[in-house]
Amino acid sequence: MIEKTLKGKPAYWIWLAFLGMFMAIGAACYVRQYNFGLGMTGMSRDVSWGLYISQFTFLVGVAAGGVMLVLPYYIHNYKEFGRITILGEFLAIGAIVMCLLFIMADLGQPMRALNVVLHPTPNSMLFYDAIVLNGYLFLNVLCGWVILTAEKKQVKPPKWIYFFVYLSIPFAISIHTVTAMLYCGLPGRHFWLSAIIAPRFLASAFAAGPALIVVACLVLKRVAGFDAGRKAMNKLITIIIYAALLNMFFVGLEFFVGYYSNIPGHKHSLEYLFFGLEHHGHVYNNLVPFMWAFVILAFGSIAVLATPAAKKNDFVLGMGCAALFLAFWLDKGIGFVLAGFVPNGLHEITEYIPTANELGITIGVWATGFMVVTLLYKIAIGVEHEVEG
Amino acid sequence: MDNKRRKFLKIAGASVLAGIGAPAVIKLTAATPALASGHGEAPAHAPAPDAHGGHAEEAPQGVRLGMVIDLRKMNENPEMLDSAIAACIAAHNIPEFPDKKNEVKWIWKAPFENVFTDHSASHSAAKVKNFPSVALCNHCDDPPCVRACPTQATFRLEKNGIVAMDFHRCIGCRFCMAACPYGARSFNWQDPRPYIKKYNKEFPSRMKGVVEKCNFCGERLALGQEPACVEACKGTGAIVFGDLNDAKSEIRAVLDKEFTIQRKPTLGTKPSVFYIV
Ligand code: SF4
Ligand code: SF4
Repeated sequence: MIEKTLKGKPAYWIWLAFLGMFMAIGAACYVRQYNFGLGMTGMSRDVSWGLYISQFTFLVGVAAGGVMLVLPYYIHNYKEFGRITILGEFLAIGAIVMCLLFIMADLGQPMRALNVVLHPTPNSMLFYDAIVLNGYLFLNVLCGWVILTAEKKQVKPPKWIYFFVYLSIPFAISIHTVTAMLYCGLPGRHFWLSAIIAPRFLASAFAAGPALIVVACLVLKRVAGFDAGRKAMNKLITIIIYAALLNMFFVGLEFFVGYYSNIPGHKHSLEYLFFGLEHHGHVYNNLVPFMWAFVILAFGSIAVLATPAAKKNDFVLGMGCAALFLAFWLDKGIGFVLAGFVPNGLHEITEYIPTANELGITIGVWATGFMVVTLLYKIAIGVEHEVEG
Repeated sequence: MDNKRRKFLKIAGASVLAGIGAPAVIKLTAATPALASGHGEAPAHAPAPDAHGGHAEEAPQGVRLGMVIDLRKMNENPEMLDSAIAACIAAHNIPEFPDKKNEVKWIWKAPFENVFTDHSASHSAAKVKNFPSVALCNHCDDPPCVRACPTQATFRLEKNGIVAMDFHRCIGCRFCMAACPYGARSFNWQDPRPYIKKYNKEFPSRMKGVVEKCNFCGERLALGQEPACVEACKGTGAIVFGDLNDAKSEIRAVLDKEFTIQRKPTLGTKPSVFYIV
C-alpha cells in the first residue's frame, strides 16, 4: 500500500516539498542545538521546560483525541464514522511521532534516552509515559494497518484485531492521564498541583483532536475528493462542542479555587497568565495576550460551531474548528506548562522567550508530523478510492 | 553501578572510622556497627529526633546526615558565607557563567523572603526581608526529585540520607528540576568547562546536558573530610554537619537547644537542612 504515496497531483508534491523544507530547517537547527547544548533555547534554570515540552503536552492530547472516533464506531457501532475512523488512528500516529520527537529535542543527552528502558524506574511518571506513548503508537500502527489491508482486500478484518482496537481505547485515555500526572504530582508547583489537570487535559484533547480531523476532512474533500459525510461531521461537531465547553468549565474551576480560596500560591500563575504578575514594581505579562486570545477564540469558535451555518457551510465549519484548535493550543501548548514555572520555588520570576533556533526545531517537528499524516492519509484515501472503484 | 558506589562509600566510611581518615567524627553509614560502637553488636539507634517544622512524624532510622545553618552567625560575618560558597565552587568545579540564564549553583545567597517563602510576613522588617540567607539542596528524606527521575540518575543513599546524582546516567530531561520545590538543581545548558575558573582534578567536571546539585560533599566525606562549606566556616559554628539520628552528635545538641526552621516543611519532603534565624 505504501506505493500509494508515490503518485499524486502536483499540489500534493508541492505540499510535501513545502513540509520537507521546514523539516530540513528543523534538522539544521537541531544539529546546532545538539552540538552546543540546550543553551540554544530560551530555557533557563527557572523555566526549565519550554516550547518542546509544552508542544509535547498538547500533542499527546491530539493523539488521544482520535479515540473520539474509534470509540463511537467500535463500541457504539456508530456506522457513520466508518470512513473516518482510520483518519483518527492515523492522526494519532502523526501526533505521537511529534511527541516523541519533541521529547528527544528536549533531552540534554539524547544519546542516553535508552536509559529510561535500561534502568526502569517505576516511581517516575515519565517511565509510564514512555510506556503508554509507545504502546499507543504501536496499537494505532497495528490496528490502522490491519484494518486498512482488510478493506483493500474487501474482506472483514480478522477477529483478533478487535482485541487491540478495544485495548487502544484505555491507552488513549491513559496517555493523556499519565501526561497530566507528570505535572499534577509535583509538590510546590501550585499551578500544576491540581486534581483536575487530567480531566482538563482530556476535555481539551477531545475537542482539539476531532477539530483537527474535521479540518483535515474538509481539506481532503477539496483536494482528494474524499467525503466523510454530513452526518459524521455533524456528530463530530457535537462532540467537539461538548468537550470544549467542559474544558472551559474546568478552567473556570481553577479560577474559583484560586480566587475564592485566595491563597497566593494558587493565584500567582493564573495572575501571570491572564493579568500579569506584579513583582517588585515590575509587571510580568508576556503570556497575557496569548491567554486572552485563547479565551476569545475558544468561546467564539464554540458559538460559531453551535450555529446552524456550521452544519451547512463548510467554510464556517472549517474556520470554527481551526479557531478552536488554535485556542486550545494556546492554552495547553503555551500557557499551561510555562506558567507552572512562574513564580519559581523561591518566588522569583523569570520569563521565557523561545529563541529562533528553538522555533526552527519546533516548526520542523510539526512539519514532520504533517508529513507523516499526509502520507498516511494518502494511503488511506487511495485504498478508499480503489475499493469504490 | 549503584552497588559499587555504595560499597565504596561504606569502605571509605569504615576506614575513616577506623582512624585512617582523621579529622571528621562523622559517622557515614550505619553499616559499620562494630567500628562505630566499638563492640560487636549493632548500636541502639537514637530515638527519632523531634520533628522540626511542626510535624510529629517519625524520622527514619539509621544515619541521616544533616546540616544546621546559623544565619545569625552568617550575618555577623558576611564574608564567611562568601567563602563557604567559594569553597563549594572550588571543590566541585562549578562553572561560573556571567549571565543568569546559564547559572549553575549548588549553594547560594538569597534574601530571607525567597529562601523561606512560607515564613515571610507582611510586616516583617526590611532587615528580615533582605536578611541574607543561604539556599542549597535539602537532601530531603522524601525527595520529590528522586521520585521524578526516570533513570535513577538521582537517588537517595539509604545508608546516610544523601541525595546523590550519577552524572553519567542523567538524560537531561529536567523532570527533577520541575519536581524540586527548593530550586536546588541546576542544568548544564552548555559545556561548563570553559567557565570553570580553577580546575580541581579531584572532582569530575560535568558535560553539557546534565543536571547537577549539592551532593553534601559525598566525595569528601568518603575521605574523612567535612563538607567544603562546613570547613570554610570552621570554628564558628555557622554550619554544623552530622548525623541527625545520633543522640550524641553535635548537630543534635544544636537542634535540641536552638529554635530551628526548615524550608517549606508543609510539603512533606522532610528537609535535612535546618536553619537558626
Ligand atoms: S532539595 Fe530538591 S534537589 Fe534536594 S533532595 Fe530535596 S527535592 Fe531533591
Ligand atoms: S555540602 Fe558540599 S556540595 Fe553541598 S553546598 Fe556544601 S560544599 Fe557544596
